[in-house]
Amino acid sequence: MTADAAAVSAEPEVQSYGERLRVNIRTGNLGSAPVLVALLLVMVAFGFTAQNFFTPVNFSNLIGQMVGTCMLAYGVVFVLLIGEIDLSIGYVSGVAGMIAALLAQPTPVGLGLPGWLCILIALLCTTAIGAFQGSFVALIGVPSFVVTLAGLLIWQGLIQLELPGVIVIQNNTINNVYGYFFSDTGGWIIGIAVSVAYVAGTLVAVLSGRRHGIAIRDPGLLVGKLIAIPVITLLTVFVCNKDRGVPFALLLVVVMLVVLTFLAKKTTFGRHVYAVGGNAEAARRAGINVPRIRIIVFMISGFMAGLGGIVLASRLQSVDLNAGGSTLLIDAIAAAVIGGTSLFGGRGEVRNALIGATLIATISNGMNTLGYENAIIYIVTGSILLFAVTFDTIVRRIQIKSGR
Amino acid sequence: MSDIPLLDLRGVSKSFGSVQALTDVDLEVRQGEVMALVGDNGAGKSTLIKCVAGIHPMDHGQIYFDGRPVAIHSPKEAANLGIEVVYQDLALCDNLDVVQNMYLGREEHNWFQRLKEPPMEKRTSETLKTLAVTTIRSIRQPVATLSGGQRQSVAVARAVMWNSKLVILDEPTAALGVSQTEQVLQLVKRLAEQGLAVVLISHNLHDIFEAAHRITVLRLGRDIGIYERAKTTQEEIVHAITAGIPTKVAGIAATDHEVPAS
Repeated sequence: MTADAAAVSAEPEVQSYGERLRVNIRTGNLGSAPVLVALLLVMVAFGFTAQNFFTPVNFSNLIGQMVGTCMLAYGVVFVLLIGEIDLSIGYVSGVAGMIAALLAQPTPVGLGLPGWLCILIALLCTTAIGAFQGSFVALIGVPSFVVTLAGLLIWQGLIQLELPGVIVIQNNTINNVYGYFFSDTGGWIIGIAVSVAYVAGTLVAVLSGRRHGIAIRDPGLLVGKLIAIPVITLLTVFVCNKDRGVPFALLLVVVMLVVLTFLAKKTTFGRHVYAVGGNAEAARRAGINVPRIRIIVFMISGFMAGLGGIVLASRLQSVDLNAGGSTLLIDAIAAAVIGGTSLFGGRGEVRNALIGATLIATISNGMNTLGYENAIIYIVTGSILLFAVTFDTIVRRIQIKSGR
Repeated sequence: MSDIPLLDLRGVSKSFGSVQALTDVDLEVRQGEVMALVGDNGAGKSTLIKCVAGIHPMDHGQIYFDGRPVAIHSPKEAANLGIEVVYQDLALCDNLDVVQNMYLGREEHNWFQRLKEPPMEKRTSETLKTLAVTTIRSIRQPVATLSGGQRQSVAVARAVMWNSKLVILDEPTAALGVSQTEQVLQLVKRLAEQGLAVVLISHNLHDIFEAAHRITVLRLGRDIGIYERAKTTQEEIVHAITAGIPTKVAGIAATDHEVPAS
């Protein structure tokens, strides 16, 4: 079937769809398929039971509940890929919100800086926090669990120390990160642009492969994606336009998805991240600067936590003493893990975070709509997390067995 | 076969804390030659090659490569000289596929570090083809799904893909069955025929007598001597491994690698 396989193997590789699926199940290479099915089932279930679930207003709410967590979860994916953990992201995001809010306050209280500068400084600070914590892990070898647990306390303490109470953000630029909605026309332009870019990008990659004699590995899946992604995108725009329009924060989520996926899958840096997570010793022997990769990954985690913090502060249009607290940290890690990112390192994709965050937000949103209290939602989310990690562990075992 | 050694180690010593792993060890290998490096567990074989590969710094000693004195501080410097090591534990990333492992640490890329997958994929399949590695179904499958022999093949193919001059194989047949061992030994001989210098580390005397031209014996971190395969016997090698006496004594010049009387 494929030219490369024919060159390597004496028998040409002809794999039927079922055969491929069996191989993927046997080798534990399912990716995000199970959670996508789960997401679909949950949505359908809520659609039938909760009357207000499938309304544009609620859909818009759902996006709002998801974006902040999703930003943090993107960073978590990178940390998990190298087999580490970052427990500080919740309060690091709070620190970002606090810095931006304080700097933007009018002069007697703050510095009255322009919004974009406040955001930039906040992101630089959280990236530096990531570098600081990552250095302990990468250079000295302190377990990341402990370093970032200490970070969790330190940054929480800093917020309580520096914040005079609630700061109401009056800066329009900061508030617009979440609060800006595109006009209907703007939404359609963005939706069409995203769809066209996706289809064109995919086709260019396929054609470039063909030029080098590499055939399409999975034509069915390719066509499916080429149809599904634009349909989902345009449907999202359609529903958003029924409410307030496409939120800027959603565009930010999509842009970061594209940027970080490119970083993870298409660059040498990303390849080395996967290598460090798969076998750090092998990576080191191959000449990869493992400490450098680890520190950069923690910087990405800090940056994304900061971005998430800005989005969350912008959504509340304020920062209070509980910024970055509550279930934010747990939700972000759960989103990455439920989406199919392995806690053992080396397996996972950035999009897992988006899918996982959407699933968590959907469950929480749907159960709220049905009138359940938070206690029940915690129990359900916790159970799903437990199930996802158990699933990952079993898959990993199968993979090790099938290899030997 | 050239007479000047491609790799020439003189007087290498290395200690880990109070443990003296290597004492005044010499090793040489010529182009087109398979030099076996043998010794019991703990004799210092792996430590010696890790010094050559730039993983451990040496305490004393000098490395000559192609007649020039060189210093190797990192795996990258070793690779730049044309030295490739296939480790006992293969050093493959299970989660990455065959192509990704072959190019690990030296990915082809263009602007903004963007990976160039098609040429990498093409060259991988060509390399496997020239080495007659025919059992791997798809070079895009994760290494975790390969058998032990296939993994060894990938590791060896990775070592030779880089126009390397010297390939060091650490126990390449240890985990393999009979027919796969035979395949790997054929591969080793083919490498030497193509003009590469090969250092073959093995416990298995049968393998060594099949593939090697000369044999260097280490015992307790010391250099026992070099034996010509054609002029020695398995008994003599076993004796050297278990009870050999170093040819060099501290303070006295090396006795020019003479075979010690057994």
